[in-house]
Amino acid sequence: MAEKISKETVVKVSRLARLSLTTEETERMTAQLAGMLEHFRDIDALDLASVEPMTQPYPLKNVLRKDVELPSLDRDEVLDQAPAAESGRFRVPPTIGFDV
Amino acid sequence: MQKLVDIVAGVTNGSLKASAVVEEHLARIVARESEIHAFNLVTADQARTDAAKVDEDVKAGKKVGALAGVPIALKDNMCTRGVETTCSSKILQGWKPPYDATVVTKLRAAGAVIMGKTNLDEFAMGSSTENSAFGPTKNPHDVSRVPGGSSGGSAAAVSAGFAAASLGSDTGGSIRQPAALCGVVGVKPTYGVVSRYGLVAFASSLDQIGPFTSDVRDAATLLEVISGHDPMDSTSIPQPAPSLVSVLDHGVAGMRIGRVTDLPEGCEPDVLARLEAAFDALRSAGAIIVDIKLPSIQYCLTAYYLIAPAEASSNLARYDGVRYGNRVDAADLNSMYAATREAGFGEEVKRRIMLGTYALSAGYYDAYYGKALKVRRLISDDFAHAYEKTDVILTPTSPSVAFKFGSKTDNPLAMYLCDVFTIPTNLAGHPAMSVPFGTGADSMPVGVQVLATTLGEQAMFKVAAELERSL
Repeated sequence: MAEKISKETVVKVSRLARLSLTTEETERMTAQLAGMLEHFRDIDALDLASVEPMTQPYPLKNVLRKDVELPSLDRDEVLDQAPAAESGRFRVPPTIGFDV
Repeated sequence: MQKLVDIVAGVTNGSLKASAVVEEHLARIVARESEIHAFNLVTADQARTDAAKVDEDVKAGKKVGALAGVPIALKDNMCTRGVETTCSSKILQGWKPPYDATVVTKLRAAGAVIMGKTNLDEFAMGSSTENSAFGPTKNPHDVSRVPGGSSGGSAAAVSAGFAAASLGSDTGGSIRQPAALCGVVGVKPTYGVVSRYGLVAFASSLDQIGPFTSDVRDAATLLEVISGHDPMDSTSIPQPAPSLVSVLDHGVAGMRIGRVTDLPEGCEPDVLARLEAAFDALRSAGAIIVDIKLPSIQYCLTAYYLIAPAEASSNLARYDGVRYGNRVDAADLNSMYAATREAGFGEEVKRRIMLGTYALSAGYYDAYYGKALKVRRLISDDFAHAYEKTDVILTPTSPSVAFKFGSKTDNPLAMYLCDVFTIPTNLAGHPAMSVPFGTGADSMPVGVQVLATTLGEQAMFKVAAELERSL
């Protein structure tokens, strides 16, 4: 299993998770994640080479419904709950022209 | 406290007014809610209107539903159209969903009266309700102690008589553990038995809705109403749910009850003593106690705390300040996402998003998430072998009685250990329920957990009913 988690990795992961953690949160998170990941090493002892991963508890196949129009959510009711909406759409800040 | 089935019988035959039942429950809320904090929102006006409608229908001779006049509380992670649904998170504070969860539609159709939305650990992540952004719920048996979690508000609401029943959700024990700590019945059905449509997702392959009630018959009655296939939930099992109330008086003669000989350590002696008493009661009723082994469940915490946060990190990506919930404005989109999420999520939710994002990230996926999925298979296989020898399994629900506020908040792993007996069930997708079975340390309630295999609810309820009768 991987080496102990570093502060740099925590910063990188927080960027992936779209969380702007404070310096204090980053410090605390690094220590706590390291502690948990250490505990999780207990499964390193298991031989899992021939084990099939289990992604869902009940074996169901994906089914598609018939392609017919059905009633949907009321657009005004949905947009009414958005932080910002305009002309029947969600409004967001600029998406380009800044570093991401 | 009035039983759900007695309310339905009385309201239906006209000897009891739904309005009077609701007023009794509202009076208890007025008397004690400021101390307990079971609710994020009490919908008293709507409850009175709905109860009056039930009474009118009865008077007019109309047929009323299977839950006519029953006051029911909903965990505040189930969508109610036009009624605030927060998940006890600042990020969703003020959000009014544009649709009802399927369980809400079913409850209303059955004549239930919804009393309000109950407190939880933020986004159902926790075992004590201490992670609620709106303050913790207190245990009605001792307000210096936690009610358990994450569905602590739903458990406390039934325990305190604020509602005859409630619904919670269970991802790793979030119905069963608070049920045990508050001295009520709590059921996690087989994954796929109850629709998750309109349940705010935490870990989609583990989440399941289920009832809290004051006894086993009430739980069976309520579960029958909320079960069934739903085309709006692609993981809903496409077959009718089994009848439960009809099996409650069957007894357990000849049934095989599994005793786990390699149970994870750390369970308090007072709880283990009650488990032994439960085995004795079932043996006296004619059941056969069978020793079984579940060697892989010692790895359940690792598998769960990699899989659940991984799924959560993906599910909670939707809280981005665009379509619903709250936003912190910033100059560009990515800064707005990060500022919104930093301000809106509490510490435990951030911790799990971070853990999950890490476990899924390039370079670590195989070492963590990929391995956890394989361990999940081992645990599921262990259960499959065990159920060749036994019909149900009996374990403690929680390793201890309700603990004091603040005693585990500084140590996430200590809090996670609260779920060591409940998590394996979610990983396997099986049903399990907690039944109150006497008291332990400081006269606090103890729950015994009955586990069964996929769609084994009938066997589970037979045993639960027998345990209750034996008290």
